[in-house]
Amino acid sequence: MNTPSSLSSALPGFTRRSFVKATLSATGGLALGFHLPAIAAMDGPWATDVEGAEINAWLVIAPDDTVTIRVAQSDMGQGVFTAMPMLVAEELECDWQHVRAEYASANRSLREDRIYQRMGTGGSNAVRISRPYLQQAGASARERLIAAAASEWGVPASECRASKSRVIHEASGHSKRYGELAAAAAGITLDAEPEIRKPGEYQLLGTSLPRLDVPAKVDGSAVYGIDVRVPGMVYAAVAVCPVWEGRLQSVDAAPARSMRGVKDVVTMDDAVAVVADSYWRAKKALEALSPQWDFGEHAGASSEAFKARFLAALDEKGTIAEEAGDAYGQLENAATVIEADYSAPYLAHLALEPVNCTVHIQRDRVDVWTGSQNPESVLTVAAEESGRPTEQVHVHSCHLGGGFGRRSRPDFVARAVTIARRVEAPVQVIYSREEDTRTGHFRPMAEFRLRAGLDAEGKPAALVNRSSTHSILAGLRPEAVANGIDQSSLSWLTNSPYAFAHRSIEHHLQRTHVPVWFWRAVGATQNAFALESFLDEMAHAAGQCPWRFRRALLAERPDIIRVLDAAAEQAGWNTALPRGQGRGIALVESFGSICAQVAEVDVSQSGEVTVKRVVSTLDCGNTVNPQTIDEQVQSSVVYGLSAAFWGKVEIQDGRARHGNFDRHRVLKMAETPKMETHLVLSGGDKWGGVGEPAVPPVVPAVCNAIFAAIGKRVRTLPLSDQDLSWS
Amino acid sequence: MITLTVNGTRYEIEVEADTPLLWVLRDHLALTGTKFGCGMAQCGACTIHLDGEPIRSCVIPAAAAAGRRITTIEGLSDDRSHPVQKAWIEHDVPQCGYCQSGQIMTAAALLEQKSDPSDADIDAVMTNICRCGTYQPMRAAIHRAAELAREVS
Repeated sequence: MNTPSSLSSALPGFTRRSFVKATLSATGGLALGFHLPAIAAMDGPWATDVEGAEINAWLVIAPDDTVTIRVAQSDMGQGVFTAMPMLVAEELECDWQHVRAEYASANRSLREDRIYQRMGTGGSNAVRISRPYLQQAGASARERLIAAAASEWGVPASECRASKSRVIHEASGHSKRYGELAAAAAGITLDAEPEIRKPGEYQLLGTSLPRLDVPAKVDGSAVYGIDVRVPGMVYAAVAVCPVWEGRLQSVDAAPARSMRGVKDVVTMDDAVAVVADSYWRAKKALEALSPQWDFGEHAGASSEAFKARFLAALDEKGTIAEEAGDAYGQLENAATVIEADYSAPYLAHLALEPVNCTVHIQRDRVDVWTGSQNPESVLTVAAEESGRPTEQVHVHSCHLGGGFGRRSRPDFVARAVTIARRVEAPVQVIYSREEDTRTGHFRPMAEFRLRAGLDAEGKPAALVNRSSTHSILAGLRPEAVANGIDQSSLSWLTNSPYAFAHRSIEHHLQRTHVPVWFWRAVGATQNAFALESFLDEMAHAAGQCPWRFRRALLAERPDIIRVLDAAAEQAGWNTALPRGQGRGIALVESFGSICAQVAEVDVSQSGEVTVKRVVSTLDCGNTVNPQTIDEQVQSSVVYGLSAAFWGKVEIQDGRARHGNFDRHRVLKMAETPKMETHLVLSGGDKWGGVGEPAVPPVVPAVCNAIFAAIGKRVRTLPLSDQDLSWS
Repeated sequence: MITLTVNGTRYEIEVEADTPLLWVLRDHLALTGTKFGCGMAQCGACTIHLDGEPIRSCVIPAAAAAGRRITTIEGLSDDRSHPVQKAWIEHDVPQCGYCQSGQIMTAAALLEQKSDPSDADIDAVMTNICRCGTYQPMRAAIHRAAELAREVS
């Protein structure tokens, strides 16, 4: 059991599948509508009382040498369930074959003065923030294992070394396994913490290792929130008022109550839920209800009207987010002035596992099972909603069926706890796909007006950039936007490496009743579309190559130029393409990493766009697991292309118009371009993020390629709404 | 009462005839490897084999599967030894992993039909959604699985 291929078994020899089989044979192969299996038998990734000696909160070593490493970050596909253990194992000198991972306990972290430090996952921060203390946890454990052995052998610790889960004393020939030393090591205190390794000294970091969670994800045994089964569990389907800030006026529960398997109808201020003995029965009964909603004051709102309002604001100078020189004066004197408006829509996350949460409220404890990007906020919200002290709330972290930012908001947890308070049983609340989408919190829509002046030689003289968009932080940390500027909405617009001596970066903060939230790569996604497309317009207006035009603006940043050049070179930038085909380049530095991309497209005369190839270059400084980085860059490209082609949430009658994948198209295998990732690592102390930085540039790279192919400039997304035919 | 044969085992289940097979598998048989993603045959996360054919179980009434051979991801192999599973591990395909049961079942059915599928064959049947964008490694893994399957046979 103790191999990476069955990493998350809490009970050795007891997998979920063997439990199911045992149950079936006990009933003679005849199963009658039962609920199983018991939670003790579930092979979930959550924290367990694993067998062995706990050397520190991060790791437990079992007598058979199995090392269980606790992961405080959430793996939504980006690989931290493997990368975090690698950071510990780098220093621990354990045999990687003996490593298994499980999620850390948020309850314990709160009880023990945040022993797991940061448990939220977002901002491509997992490695960047936790690397030093995870390395330290591994190094400290290694030294204590060595000290335990040295003490037992009566030799100086300095004469012992650790290797492959053993401590060895060469002179005497002594050697002991970690499993034999762990109990003694757990009782040792070091006089001083050991130094941790630096880039250049690593043995494990920088090597491509298979993900620890892959085996459980190819046989159906990985437990996601929606897979949790608790004895006596019931299911709930929920309908929330389709217009945000609306209310439930009334609902006649009778049609549902008479249906088979229905346990209860739960009404809330803004929602109604049906609880039944299976999800399907709950869903059918919910559909039998005709809730009367008070849609409130936003019942007539539409994205079209929002757009008009956002655009109108652009006629005025906004709050100055960044200013240098005399941009307006330079515009007046420029040889050429170009101006363009860009428009980006609301975007839904569309994680494949609809949000869900299982809650069991008992007299002295509350148990919550869910896949979340922030188990601490899940715990806090569950405590608030249940009225229980946080010590009594236990969050069991499940695998996440996608996150992309959506699962960092615990609104669905609050909803589940509210329902669970009214039900005398553990309850699993599952949102339908439509409900998941429509109650989502979207990537803000944004309107831009860009103006640039070029001098007689085509050199950029000034840039004025007005953006009109939401503030995500306004609803989260209002103090962060007290001056009318939300830096998270301005990524890639302010603090830009492009050397515009005369610039005015202006901002109009907007609010609608539509909730906005962090969407993979956040503000840089809409901003890069506008700015990187507009730079392409400037280059063409100046009669220059868009790659070289950018280079000239980046003289102060040779590190960015290296990444940009690598993308152009790897893509064969200078080779000619026939009409209807084109290459586009774009660049964004975000989350501590630089990413440049070249997209190659083919546009048919009827306007159908095929992205044939995307070359990505990335400087994330150093690497933990290079294969994961390649996978994350590809993942970002696909995510960005889905948004570029079809992504938009249309608001009509105050609500999201469409809820399912029939109207929210996303990229499929046949539409996926050939993707190449080239790492251009600057090393040193730089540790950049990996899960997000390749999302923002791919959209403008494609739009710029379309211009190169057919001469049509895309200024409004998604592409599916644009006429790209040519003759 | 509906009688279903799932992964070689016969079950008699008290359930309405129009209940989608997906929910019978998940809620009544605790076979949770088959996933719910959309409920309208758009995403493919619920793909299983019905008499060897890949079908989207979220839109198939349980009654329509009575008397037919149902295989879920749990029944593909006992030990991740199916060539598709082996190739998936070799190529480190899954990221979040939620769509992968459906992807693997679709790919396994393809290899039953075509022992050496072309990219066009793959494009034609692999229409399941993966929001993590694992398509490129998945394509490589399907070609590798075909190789592995030929080595065995």
